[in-house]
Amino acid sequence: MPGRPRTTPTRTTTPHYRGATGPSADALDVDALLADPGTQIVVCCGSGGVGKTTTSAALALRAAEQGRRVCVLTIDPARRLAQSMGLTELDNVPRPVAGVEGPGRLDAMMLDMKRTFDEVVEAHASADKARQILANPFYQALSSSFAGTQEYMAMEKLGQLHGEAAEHEDGWDLIVVDTPPSRSALDFLDAPERLSSLLDGRFIRLMLAPAKGPARLFGAGFGVITSMMNKLLGAQVLTDVQTFVAAFDTLFGGFRQRSEQTYALLQDPRTAFLVVAAPEASAMREASYFVERLAAERMPLAGLVVNRVSRTAVDDLGADEAAAASRRLAGGDATSTLAAELLCVHAERAQVREREERLVRRFRASHPTVPSARVAALATDVHDLDGLRIVGDLLAGRA
Amino acid sequence: MGATTQLHVVTGKGGTGKTTVAAALAIALADQGQRVLLCEVEGRQGIAQLFDVPPLPYEERRIASGLGGGQVHALAIDPEAALLEYLDMYYHLGRAGKLLDRFGVVDFATTIAPGVRDVLLTGKAYEAARRKEDGRFVYDAVVMDAPPTGRITRFLNVNAEVAGLAKVGPVRKQADAIMDMLHSDTSRVHLVTVLEEMPVQETLDGVTELRLAGLPVGHVLVNLVRPALLSEASQQLLGTDGVEQAVADALEPSGVDAGHAPALVEEGHAHVARQHLQDAQHVLLDDADVPVHDLPWLSEGVDLGALFELAQTLRDGKVV
Ligand SMILES: Nc1ncnc2c1ncn2[C@@H]1O[C@H](COP(=O)(O)OP(=O)(O)OP(=O)(O)O)[C@@H](O)[C@H]1O
Ligand SMILES: Nc1ncnc2c1ncn2[C@@H]1O[C@H](COP(=O)(O)OP(=O)(O)O)[C@@H](O)[C@H]1O
Ligand SMILES: [Mg+2]
Ligand SMILES: [Mg+2]
Repeated sequence: MPGRPRTTPTRTTTPHYRGATGPSADALDVDALLADPGTQIVVCCGSGGVGKTTTSAALALRAAEQGRRVCVLTIDPARRLAQSMGLTELDNVPRPVAGVEGPGRLDAMMLDMKRTFDEVVEAHASADKARQILANPFYQALSSSFAGTQEYMAMEKLGQLHGEAAEHEDGWDLIVVDTPPSRSALDFLDAPERLSSLLDGRFIRLMLAPAKGPARLFGAGFGVITSMMNKLLGAQVLTDVQTFVAAFDTLFGGFRQRSEQTYALLQDPRTAFLVVAAPEASAMREASYFVERLAAERMPLAGLVVNRVSRTAVDDLGADEAAAASRRLAGGDATSTLAAELLCVHAERAQVREREERLVRRFRASHPTVPSARVAALATDVHDLDGLRIVGDLLAGRA
Repeated sequence: MGATTQLHVVTGKGGTGKTTVAAALAIALADQGQRVLLCEVEGRQGIAQLFDVPPLPYEERRIASGLGGGQVHALAIDPEAALLEYLDMYYHLGRAGKLLDRFGVVDFATTIAPGVRDVLLTGKAYEAARRKEDGRFVYDAVVMDAPPTGRITRFLNVNAEVAGLAKVGPVRKQADAIMDMLHSDTSRVHLVTVLEEMPVQETLDGVTELRLAGLPVGHVLVNLVRPALLSEASQQLLGTDGVEQAVADALEPSGVDAGHAPALVEEGHAHVARQHLQDAQHVLLDDADVPVHDLPWLSEGVDLGALFELAQTLRDGKVV
C-alpha cells in the first residue's frame, strides 16, 4: 500500500487495539481486490443498517486514492456523509468528490429512484406516451412506493453507469455499488424479478385486451371483476389502470431485457460481491443466506465484511475473570474503586467481544472458503473523508 | 374487556428494536390485566421469531400471558388475506373473491394500487380494535409493530394515500373511519430509537412529520441504553496525571496483572467518550418536547424473560 501522507483525525484514544483486525490466513485482501484491474464492479450487500453505504464509500475512496477511476453509487447515505462527499445536488448523475488525494479520481452519486424510473420512461417511450405514464396515479405509486422499485432502479442505474464507463477512453474503471436498505439482504436479488413479473402478470395482460383474447374467454368472470372494482373503488380507477397498462405496454420488453443484462453483469467475473454484516446473530444469519444465494446464482463473492466489531485493549483478560477481579476490589479507596470500575468496563467489552467472535467463528466454520475482513466500531459515526479513510484502512487490515 | 380500545403504533429506524419494544409494550399491558392484540404488518414473522414459535398464520392466537392475568394474542396481518376477508365480510363475495385472485387482481391491488395495501393493513387493525362481543370490545389494546420511521406517516395517512384512487365508495369510507381512529385520543404513535446520530435525527424528523399530519405522538422509546460504569469520581480520577501507575498499584489485590493498567485506562477513556456521545444524543431528544423513556441494553440478548423485564420498565416509566 502506498504510504501517502494523510491527515490523521484526532481520536479520543490511541488505537493500539488488537484482536479485531490485522491480516491473517483467511483474511480478505481488500487492497489486492481494489488494485486488480480485473475488478470492475464491487457490490456491497447485506441487511439494513450494517454499514453497506459506509463500506461502499470507504472502498471507493480507497481505490481512488490508490489510482483508480472510480464511481460510487450510494443509496440513502447518512446526511453528513452525503454532504462531505458533495452529494448535495440531487440530479441523479455522478459528480466529482472534492478532497480525494493521490492519482485516481472519485465520482459519487446518490440514487434517486423515482427520477431514475422517470428517466427510463422518458428514454424509451414517445414524448406523448411518457407524459401520459408519468401523470398516471398507478405509475406514481409504482415508481415511488412499490417495495422493490429501489432495488430495481439501483440495477438500472448500475447498467447505465457501466454502459457510460465503456463509452469513454478515460471513463471509470471501477464502479462501487451500494444496495438499498432492504429488510432482507436477499430483496436485492429478488426485487427486479418481482417487479417484472408484476408488470408481466395476468391482470395486466388482461387489462391490455379487455375485449378480446383471454378476457373474452373468461367472459362473465371478467364482467364481475370490473363491476366489482368499479363498485369498490369508483369507475375512475379501472380507467386509470387501463391507461397505465396500455401506455406501459411497449416498455415491458425493454425492462425485462435490461434487467437480464444487468443480471448477467452481476455474474461476470469482473464483478465482486462483498457481503457486509454486523456481528449480531440476525445479520450474520442473513449474511449466510446471502453467501449461499450468491453461490446458487453463480455470482462472484469476494468475501465477508464484519463491520462495527467491538475491540478490547487487553485480549488475555476474559470477561468472567475481570468481573471476579473487580469484585475483589470492592469497598476500597477512590483509586481502588476506579480500578474496580475499569475492570467492569473491560468485562462488558470482553463479553461483547467474546459473543461476536463466537458468531464469526460459527460463520467461518460453515463457510470455510469465504475470506473475511473485520472493521472495528469507531467511537463516532463515519461522516467525512477522514472517517472513510480510517474505515478503508481497517477494511484492508492496515490500521 | 374495556370501554374503549387503545391503539399503540410502534415505529422506529430499522433494527433499533421495534419488534422487541412492541412485544414488551403488549406484555406491559397484559401485566395490567388487559387483553391485547400484538400485530405485525410487514410479512417478516418477527413476532414468531422473537417468541420462538412457528410462523404465525392469518389468525389471532394467544402468545403470552401477563402477570396480571391479561393475555397477549398475536397476528401477522397479510394484505391479500385481509382483502379477501374484507370483501367477504362486507360483500359476501366468497366466490367472486376467488375469481379476483385468479385474475391476479388481488396481487395487483395489494402491490401497486396506491395506498390499498396500507388501507388493508391499518384496516385490519381497525377492525380488531372495533370488534365487539356481547356489546363490549374484544381487545383492550392493539399494539402494532409498524413500518419504519421513514415510511410511517405515509403509512398512517391512509386517507391522503387513497385520495388519488378511491374518491367514492366503500374503500373511501373505510379509509375515513381508519383516519378518525388514528387521529383520535385512543391512538398513540411511539418511536423507537438508539442513541446514535442517524437514528436520533430520523426520530426527530419523524416526530415533526407525524405532528404535521395531525397524528398523536406518544413516547420516544430509547432502546439499547448502555449503563455508565464509571462514577463521577472515577471519571475525574481518570483524567489526572499518573493515573496509569495508580491503577496499576490498585490492581495488586485483584490478582490482575498490573501491566494491564494502561490498557484498562484506555478502555475507560473510550467508555467515557461513548457515554458522552450517548448523552449528547439524549439531550437532542430531551429538547424535542416529547416524552422520552429509556430501555436498557440487555447484555445477554432478548428472550421471554427479557421482554418481561423491558415491560416492567415501560410500566415504571408510565409509558402505559
Ligand atoms: N434492550 C435490548 N437489549 C439487548 N438487545 C436488544 C434490545 N432490544 C433489541 N435487542 C436486539 O436487537 C436486535 C434488533 O431488534 P428488533 O428485531 O426488535 O428490531 P426491529 O426494529 O424490529 O428490526 P427490523 O427493522 O429488522 O424489524 C434483536 O437481535 C434484538 O434481540
Ligand atoms: N465501523 C463503524 N464505526 C462506527 N460507525 C459506523 C461504522 N460503520 C458504520 N457506521 C455508522 O453506522 C450508521 C449506518 O451505516 P450505513 O453505512 O448508513 O449503513 P447501511 O448502508 O448498511 O444502512 C452510520 O451512521 C455510519 O456512520
Ligand atoms: Mg445505506
Ligand atoms: Mg422488526
